[in-house]
Amino acid sequence: MKSMGEMLIRREAFSEIVMGNTALVRAMVEAGTRVVTSYPGSPTPEIAEAIGSIRPDQRPFYFEFSTNEKVATEIAYGAGLNGHLSTVFFKSVGLNVAADTFVQLSLMNVIGGMVVVLGDDPGANSSQNEQDNRHIAEMAYTPVFEPASPTEVYRFYKIAARLARDKAMPVVLRLTTHVCHAKERVHFDPYRPEPLDPTPRFDPANGPYIPIASAVFPMKRRALERLQSVATLSDASDWHQIVDCGNPDLGILTAGLPFLSVLDALQDGVSRKPDILKLGLIYPIPRNVVASFLKAHRCVHVIEELDPILETAVRSIAQEEGLSVRIIGKTQLEHWIGEYTPDKVRQILEAQWPELFVKAVQPASPSPTPPEVLPPPARPPQLCPGCGHRSAFYAIGKALRETDITVADIGCHTLGFQPPYRIGQALLCMGASMGIASGLSLFQSERKVVAFLGDSTLFHAGLPGILNALFNRHRVTLIVMENGTTAMTGHQDHAGSGRNFNVPTDAVSIRSLLEGMGVQHIFEADTYQQSVLTDLVRKALDIDAFSVVIARHPCMLKFMREKRRKPDFQPKQVSIDPAVCRKIQECVARFGCPSFLREADGSVRIQTDLCIGDGSCVQTCPAGAIRRPHAPRSSETS
Amino acid sequence: MGFNVYMCGVGGQGIGMLSEVLLRAADHAGFRTKAVDTHGLAQRGGIVISHLRIGEDVFSPLIAEGRADLVIGLEMHEAYRALERMSKPGSTLVYYQVCWQPLPVRLGADRSLTDEDIHRSAQAKHVRVLGVQQPDLADRRMQNMVVLGRIDHYGLIPGVSKAHYLAAMEDLMTEGMLAENRAVFERNSAA
Repeated sequence: MKSMGEMLIRREAFSEIVMGNTALVRAMVEAGTRVVTSYPGSPTPEIAEAIGSIRPDQRPFYFEFSTNEKVATEIAYGAGLNGHLSTVFFKSVGLNVAADTFVQLSLMNVIGGMVVVLGDDPGANSSQNEQDNRHIAEMAYTPVFEPASPTEVYRFYKIAARLARDKAMPVVLRLTTHVCHAKERVHFDPYRPEPLDPTPRFDPANGPYIPIASAVFPMKRRALERLQSVATLSDASDWHQIVDCGNPDLGILTAGLPFLSVLDALQDGVSRKPDILKLGLIYPIPRNVVASFLKAHRCVHVIEELDPILETAVRSIAQEEGLSVRIIGKTQLEHWIGEYTPDKVRQILEAQWPELFVKAVQPASPSPTPPEVLPPPARPPQLCPGCGHRSAFYAIGKALRETDITVADIGCHTLGFQPPYRIGQALLCMGASMGIASGLSLFQSERKVVAFLGDSTLFHAGLPGILNALFNRHRVTLIVMENGTTAMTGHQDHAGSGRNFNVPTDAVSIRSLLEGMGVQHIFEADTYQQSVLTDLVRKALDIDAFSVVIARHPCMLKFMREKRRKPDFQPKQVSIDPAVCRKIQECVARFGCPSFLREADGSVRIQTDLCIGDGSCVQTCPAGAIRRPHAPRSSETS
Repeated sequence: MGFNVYMCGVGGQGIGMLSEVLLRAADHAGFRTKAVDTHGLAQRGGIVISHLRIGEDVFSPLIAEGRADLVIGLEMHEAYRALERMSKPGSTLVYYQVCWQPLPVRLGADRSLTDEDIHRSAQAKHVRVLGVQQPDLADRRMQNMVVLGRIDHYGLIPGVSKAHYLAAMEDLMTEGMLAENRAVFERNSAA
């Protein structure tokens, strides 16, 4: 088996098939990055997996998962002030959490240099929006590189790191989901390790580092001057790419993954291919490069995902240069929404330039799909078999009245909003549930308001909302869904796990934390004790003050993975006694474990591929037809 | 145009390993490759998808709709969904004959699909269908290897052969895992 960890620190040049997130780590190693921080979030967690594959004693930099993106950014900044090249990475909406810190960075002289790696998510594959973080980078006067492929992730990180160090400034490397996760063979340079110089080089004389009142203006001026100097560098650089098809009429200006979609869209059935300008650094815009491309074409189509940021900049250049080129950008709302896949780009170009495309390229299906073929049933994500949250939602649902209001938060437990539980009627972002719930509780007591928080989210951004409920005496109930890990993003440890990325630590007890804050009413139960949990939630709801229920069960996906690795592992599964089953369907339709299959005759069968034998379902059957977990008989395995 | 392989299944079925083996096998066979997998939220029992594109003139890792030369389904509903959306006329669908009922079916709000639904749709689209399974499989997590074995048996990816698949498996699996998976692969490759 090939070892990713060995490969990432190999001295010799080599090539390997890697995803963008892995290529990034090799670039960090080669660039001499010393401090890397993060908070887990798709599409970036595999960056940390690659880092974790390097043996700790051979890892050329320090890495930590911080408690949230803001803290992670501050750690990287602090390290940069000491002269260490640093990097922070997180998902798109993580930048909102980090924004208060991030927008200040360009004012500072970050002597070590700092790269901020963003995992934006056009298409909202695993995020609550598809925000375009180029806006925030512009607001923060921070240059943005935009790679299109794993090869470019590797190349542009190294360029960004050098730029950040040379200019003592932050630089953004903006990845998107399908750049992070794209895989291809990447050619890597040799790695020449340099010994770590641990000297703390922080010196206020490198500052000022205190942006107060009139001190802000020279700092802002310096930030803007740096941006100008980066734009000049960019104009003379090889960061951009021109695909010259010798077409004086039509040009396409693009960047990032949409560039590859454009190449695919123009692959066949195109009579005369437009020239393409693909920008590598998209902010500040390379004015001369863009202006000469505009001058060379009669019509330029800006193909960019999400918001019209390049389009606006390009229009402004054309206007300032007095160019007569026709610029086409986003002409309908659909162009602002979703990923620019090859399909979408082809549709956009065909609609704009129909004469370009030879017809009958896309062969229609030889015969239309017969009308009797129904669309397949939807398959929304699910809580895993044995998930403690399932038992929790099932039990909590019994304590809630129809009119009560439930507020969800980010994490696996968000999935409780779906049937059959329908718990979680509002959702915004990390840690927002307590504040929203408190607002919903004002002026009324007839509808109880219940907020949910996962444990990692509680540590991340949940605490201020809890303190506020205490401080301002909001009468809501918080249910902490504690599973001991950051489950949704791949089981990263958090402050309550008893381990950080590097070493064992003292686990922060959520109960002690809440007690220390002054919470008077705290209840706790393992979620598999469903009737106990139902009673506790009823009690908590009856209290006319802020109350908390800690609904605890370890993440069973993680638990089972660890258990299966043990040599004495014996698989177990439940089974249904058909003689006892009364087809009430409590198990399949209300408890809702995916391990139950509904047969056409209304009976229920165990999907033996899925059942982990946790037995949390046994107590839910009114007829007592679910047999306790036992070793599966051979006839029951599929 | 290259050769496009679209893989689909349900989170937890091992599509990640299958897609990585196919990607590396195509690479071992000397082809230029691009690929991408689903990660994140959808992995929790939702739909998972992998794209693999083989050839000189492919750029994006994403396959355009209706352009898949081979669709691989690890679950029947997902095989059907992919067939409808991705299969090129005259292409092949190979799928593992297992049913992980989607939520609306378990709630009684929608009906479960059958093998006949798949065959009817495939016939209309002129797609060849190969349903596969190994009833005596010891560990359901190796269903992907049953499918891989059949892909090799039928030579479903032009230019990629048994030695390439085995080399890819050796790149990716620890010794014990390799032995088990290889046995399942070989049996289905030979049969």
